[in-house]
Amino acid sequence: MNVITDPIGPDAGPETALAGLREPAPPGLAHATLVAVGLADDYAIVDSPLGPLRVVWNGRGVAEVSGEPDDAAFEARFFARTGRRARRRDALPADLARRIERRLGGDRQVRIDLDLRGTTEFERAVWMKALEIPRGQVRPYGWIAAEIGRPRAVRAVGTALGHNPVPLIVPCHRVVRSDGMIGQYSLGGPANKRTILTAEGADPDELEALARAGVRYFGSDTTRIFCMPTCSDARRVTERHLRHFPSARAAAAAGYRPCKHCRPLGAAVA
Amino acid sequence: MDDRRPDDAELAARLALDLDAHFERLVLSHQDRLYTIALRTSGDRRDAEELVQDTFVRAYRALAGWPAARIREVRLRGWLTTILLNAGRNRARVHRVPTTELAFDPGAEPATDPVARRDERETWARLLAGLSSAQRTAVVLRHVDGMSYAEIAEAVGRPEGTVKAHVHRGLAALRAALLAAEAPPEGLRAEEIPA
Repeated sequence: MNVITDPIGPDAGPETALAGLREPAPPGLAHATLVAVGLADDYAIVDSPLGPLRVVWNGRGVAEVSGEPDDAAFEARFFARTGRRARRRDALPADLARRIERRLGGDRQVRIDLDLRGTTEFERAVWMKALEIPRGQVRPYGWIAAEIGRPRAVRAVGTALGHNPVPLIVPCHRVVRSDGMIGQYSLGGPANKRTILTAEGADPDELEALARAGVRYFGSDTTRIFCMPTCSDARRVTERHLRHFPSARAAAAAGYRPCKHCRPLGAAVA
Repeated sequence: MDDRRPDDAELAARLALDLDAHFERLVLSHQDRLYTIALRTSGDRRDAEELVQDTFVRAYRALAGWPAARIREVRLRGWLTTILLNAGRNRARVHRVPTTELAFDPGAEPATDPVARRDERETWARLLAGLSSAQRTAVVLRHVDGMSYAEIAEAVGRPEGTVKAHVHRGLAALRAALLAAEAPPEGLRAEEIPA
């Protein structure tokens, strides 16, 4: 609809003058509307321990966290994955920025809506399980597989974590190889995984040293409970009472029961 | 009989097939007219923009829950207008925006406002704002947007005769307001016109 720009003099009747009152919608309205219903997206750059990241959102939730180095490459790849256009904004909406900051700070209770359209039920189960791993801790792929009731799907769990569209918000970096090594990371590779784990208070070098030494579990000879090595309960055991186990079977044979917080049996299946 | 405009009927058919793929077209083809209606009935650009976005979001959510057969039959022009008018009423209630029901008083018009002097459209918009809410809505839908009386009657949920009466009385009030001003619609007063 074009604005009628003919001069409307005092002699024109109201009908003619009124037709001249049409007004085009403001330029950003269509995009903002499509974002609101989740048919287009906005994104902004957020600083992280891994450098600048692009956080993408729409009316349904956060759709992606991307490590792409520039806008054009990011927009093209995002369009290829989702079929939706993303438009750069100056900043995240204030409320979303606060929530993401709290989540990255370790607050797992803060709610962040996610737009995970186009993903499978299995993938979402894997990602939601990864959300349960506390900051500063890690779990092996096999633990996730067992916890979601698919103990044999360890490889598929690894693939699903590699496809996590919202890394850091869903902390797939807290899932490590079943042999205890830190392993791959979708957001820029293994070095980034070590960086973010270190920033969260875990010690990747120590974890890998333990793994190489064949240690998979920690036990306390006072409580007779065994844990994943990064479980907060295991971290409280004093040196004098700490026992190392190469497997859940060995711990059970020694008369230890699994911790109810980190549930180490899941990992034992792998 | 389908008395819808052909492009609206075709768009409804497309939306019934794939809502997400064609919703953008719905936005692009109706945003200007909805924005115009919102702006000319509410008077505030910011409010109008939010109202139009709100209208499309409500429309999307409704369509997403409808079976394809129902979407195919929807009369988009009138239906979107109804959503807009209802959302506008709710908004006015919630935000307690004072609705303009004041009688047009040319003496109270800010004749010294330079924007109003320059822009005749602005003057007409202010004349419109002086109408009662029902008359203003009817006049905007009929003469700014160009809907038929039947479409307006359906959109506002009133008999066609009532709508016609609102339009005619609204136009009469606009003419009277112009005469009452006894000046060109730019808002110039007689004594300010250079001799």
